Amino acid sequence: MKKLSFVVAAIVLLFSIFAVATYLYNKQKADDANANAQKNDSILERDYSPTMGDKNAKVTIVEFFDPACGTCKAFSPFLKQAMEAYPGKVRLVVRYLPLHQGSDEVVKIMEAAHQQNKFWEILDAAYVTQSSWTRHHVVQPELFWEMLTHTNLDIEKAKQDAKSTAIAQRIQQDISDARQLNVTKTPGFFVNGKPLINFGYQPLQELIETEIRNKY
Amino acid sequence: MSDPQYRQLLTPLDTDWMLIFTCWLLAAAGTLGSLFFSEVMGLKPCVLCWYQRIFMYPLVVIFLVGLFPLDRSVVRYALPITIIGWCFAVYHYLVYSGYIPENLQPCSEDTSCAEINLELLGFITIPMMSILSYSAIILLLFTFRRRTQS
Repeated sequence: MKKLSFVVAAIVLLFSIFAVATYLYNKQKADDANANAQKNDSILERDYSPTMGDKNAKVTIVEFFDPACGTCKAFSPFLKQAMEAYPGKVRLVVRYLPLHQGSDEVVKIMEAAHQQNKFWEILDAAYVTQSSWTRHHVVQPELFWEMLTHTNLDIEKAKQDAKSTAIAQRIQQDISDARQLNVTKTPGFFVNGKPLINFGYQPLQELIETEIRNKY
Repeated sequence: MSDPQYRQLLTPLDTDWMLIFTCWLLAAAGTLGSLFFSEVMGLKPCVLCWYQRIFMYPLVVIFLVGLFPLDRSVVRYALPITIIGWCFAVYHYLVYSGYIPENLQPCSEDTSCAEINLELLGFITIPMMSILSYSAIILLLFTFRRRTQS
């Protein structure tokens, strides 16, 4: 039995080391993420970024998103609920982070829609029809244009605008801001400048609630 | 007390048993370590890393079974697996250090096998730890075989 307890002790020890190392690593990562977000607070949003909600709201959610990302789509109703739960207290700012193959085309169209004041409408339409214009996570831009014919977007104008350098620069700016803010996955959330560290509905909910309590 | 198997369980920790136990410890540490790199630190394993994992993970079970009671034939089953894993580790190390150009080996799409993701203390890399673990296990198994053959 001595040998058996020896091995059991070794197993317990190995798992303890693993657990402690995981805890320390995650804590370090969270501290780094917080420090980095604080340092780069000024680039969290840009004046051109699409925004929803009261501009005087004291809680700002910044979301780096990709229209082709399934999890971003899944979070869309959650964000709407969060804004309805605290009317006038929460605003949402979105930033482009096209990570899927072909997404860069789509976000240019989104920004062109933004110039026609139809960003949120087109975003909703994009999410609803997401599976129809993506194939195995690869965007099919022509299918996206096809989907847009069912919306009231001025497609001819959008097509022209999407090619402009101004739009290309905005997208590029968002991508480089994301890099500086260490956002490598979508959706990437910040609430009042604090990064969402453990990903999920519940942690995001808690982060929003904490900020509501702090500010109101 | 006359049952030999029962008696063996009561004998103090002997050298032969400790050799296989150390093999198990190395395999278990390698398994948990590699899982730490991929699952906690988020380093994506490249193709060659996967082949080394494939031959390291089963060793944890094989050695553990071979310990209760100590089975002298554990070498027969564990050694071939360990040597194959060792070959992958050496190959990976050569790719990593630039002796073999990367375009001659299969991974180029997702994570490059030649890219250095992690250096502990400035010189300990993941393929190096893999070679060391596999080499140590091979050495221990050969020692065990020599001792138990006589």
